[in-house]
Amino acid sequence: MMMATYSQEQRKKLHPHKFTLLIAMGSIIMMFAGLTSAYIVKSNQVNWLQFPMPPMFWYSTVVILISSLTIHLASKAFSAREMSRYRTLITITAALGVAFVVLQWLGFQWLQDNGVQILGAGSNAAASFIGVITGIHIVHVLGGVVALLFLFFRAFSRTRKNYSSTGIEMAAIYWHFVDGLWIYLFLFYMYVSG
Amino acid sequence: MSNEQALHAHTTTGHDAHHDEHHGDHHHHKETFISKYIFSQDHKMIAKQFLVTGMVWAILGGFMSVVFRIQLGYPDQSFPWMEAILGKWAPGGRITADAYYALVTTHGTVLVFFVLTAGLSGTFANFLIPLQIGARDMASPFMNMLSYWFFFAAGIVMLSSVFVETGPFSGGWTAYPPLSALGSTSPGSKTGMDLWLMSMALFVVSSLLGGLNYIATILNMRTKGMTMTRLPLTIWALFFTAVLGVLSFPVLFAGFILLIFDRNFGTSFYLSDIYVNGVGALSNEGGSAILYQHLFWFLGHPEVYIILLPAMGMASEILSTNARKPIFGYMAMLGSMFAIAVLAFLVWAHHMFVSGLNPFLGSFFVLLTLLIAVPSAIKVFNWLTTLWRGNIRFTPGMLFSIGFVSLFISGGLTGIFLGNSALDIHLHDTYFVIAHFHIVMGVASMFGMFAGIYHWYPKMFGRFMNNTLSYIHFWITMAGAYLIFWPMHYEGLAGMPRRYYDYSVWESFKQFTELNKFITIVAIIVFAVQFLFLFNFFYSIWKGRKVTTQNPWGSNTLEWTTPINPGHGNWVGEIPEVHRWAYDYGKDGREFISQVEPVGADESKH
Repeated sequence: MMMATYSQEQRKKLHPHKFTLLIAMGSIIMMFAGLTSAYIVKSNQVNWLQFPMPPMFWYSTVVILISSLTIHLASKAFSAREMSRYRTLITITAALGVAFVVLQWLGFQWLQDNGVQILGAGSNAAASFIGVITGIHIVHVLGGVVALLFLFFRAFSRTRKNYSSTGIEMAAIYWHFVDGLWIYLFLFYMYVSG
Repeated sequence: MSNEQALHAHTTTGHDAHHDEHHGDHHHHKETFISKYIFSQDHKMIAKQFLVTGMVWAILGGFMSVVFRIQLGYPDQSFPWMEAILGKWAPGGRITADAYYALVTTHGTVLVFFVLTAGLSGTFANFLIPLQIGARDMASPFMNMLSYWFFFAAGIVMLSSVFVETGPFSGGWTAYPPLSALGSTSPGSKTGMDLWLMSMALFVVSSLLGGLNYIATILNMRTKGMTMTRLPLTIWALFFTAVLGVLSFPVLFAGFILLIFDRNFGTSFYLSDIYVNGVGALSNEGGSAILYQHLFWFLGHPEVYIILLPAMGMASEILSTNARKPIFGYMAMLGSMFAIAVLAFLVWAHHMFVSGLNPFLGSFFVLLTLLIAVPSAIKVFNWLTTLWRGNIRFTPGMLFSIGFVSLFISGGLTGIFLGNSALDIHLHDTYFVIAHFHIVMGVASMFGMFAGIYHWYPKMFGRFMNNTLSYIHFWITMAGAYLIFWPMHYEGLAGMPRRYYDYSVWESFKQFTELNKFITIVAIIVFAVQFLFLFNFFYSIWKGRKVTTQNPWGSNTLEWTTPINPGHGNWVGEIPEVHRWAYDYGKDGREFISQVEPVGADESKH
């Protein structure tokens, strides 16, 4: 009787770890807000280089959008207890995450090849900003990949059976978040440097 | 109870041993020395770790100020003992200019971040949040433990910078470029600055891990009946502190990342058209040092309130308890803390009035800065009216709380001067600024911290601190704080700039030779008295008078419903339910009514 009322109450309440993740996301947003406002301040000053976005950034956008879909399906598969489907989907999501990072890296290469120097002597702050902000975003995506690997190994563990969906739900929230963050950054790069 | 359900309802099976740990009365797995005292996940132990580490840093940082105060008070004399401990930095017993700047910088960084941020909110957020909201522990005890160890690592890295060949960073605690961005500009800008950045990055991680946890715990894990408006003001203050930290530290971090790229990877975010003697013209162009200042002060100003708010919250709680009266204007206190937290984000540029900021932009920041006087005045009014006609018990915690109010008033008033961009042209970077922020932020928050330690010591260690030593500590520190910083206002009004190595060579400041000597002597006395406190603190852990009742101060809040020496999990059995706010003192002829007591049928309204 008592337990039933507690779980009734609990259903309405957010899991504390999930709540912590939401605040952490707020914190990450503040960091990118800081960086992008620095970008705006800087872009209004003299000596601001203008250059086109590398085509690989478009491809990487497509890749990360697909990965958002796969992690959503993974989360659904988990709640439906279709474990093999779940394992496949989180593996695909992690692979797409790595593919995203590789494509971004190729984008930087493309910029270098086209004479836009990101670091070192002769670099322009416009390019350095793209390098640093995108780089920090890549680190956040890789953090998501690590979380997925953790879930992956947990899903294959023979000694422990896991029925809590909190892990995959949190990973999915975070994954959609870094996805959205990238789309914000990409739009920002294209329209603010204008 | 419900929060445990949330955390453990669906956890992995085959991991049963963990479940019972939170019931406090019986443990399935044995606690070792390491899991109990070192890698502890008990919020109370983590709080003590923060406190003791903060004390170590306070002594180191305080000692640094004594060393450079000696240089300021006695610029023409030599002290052989100084050469004995500082070696090549004090040849012939007089510190070099580089060492002086390194000491000033490290003193600032250490006191602001390690003592008054980690040592203050780290200690009391960890200790009081679960105890006062009625939770077994934090939302994530593991993250909480990590938070301490990141802070510890930050401290080790900072400490190591004192021992490197070229010395610690010496460009001021704000670390403005180009001094912080170019290794060739000063000895301290080399390895010292790398270590400074590393240490601060670790510190930001520590604050974020802590802050996330504090917010999640306060919003999610309150016991039954503990609505937000029944929370003690300490918890509200710690909540706003954590929100400020979580939203502003990442911006500082962003600023540091750009600085790291300018230092190590040849970018030009902050650097522009610089010629360094002995190096030549640099290739950087188009950077803006003011950009760094914006990013830095976007944290730097909220940081002031990160330091001050916990002290405000604890002072409110202690004043009410020991005046045996309800806090005056609970909702006004909440509103003014909220206003302070919002305004904290909108005033950062008042640190930059003379940096080349557009003067028209400056006028907005003047307005917003002066607006802070409104919530501050409300708080002061409420503290004074809480004391008014109270049945005051002058415990050491109470004395320090009253001292806090006094310092907050006298330091806050000078903020009105400095908030004016026109007056700031004269006052910026003078001793007036030093006097202002040391009184209102530094010493006032230290007083809040002392108040908190004296008041919650019985809960922390199950013993009392010695009263006589506490009173000596209070009166000398109180008098000393004013004797040190009050005269600095005069020096500042006369235009004496801060951060100079030797004022005796300046005709305009020779008149202050004796005053500087006086300040130095008082500073040494006040520093010495702090050892009395330290002795009292550590001696009383083992030898202090034992606490024999559960609620020695006759206080309403939940931490006093736990056993005298609470175990991990805080309450034996069920967590009590809350029925009223925390400030029912002197109500219906009763001295105090604990929060856990149900509201009686014939009780007057509250």
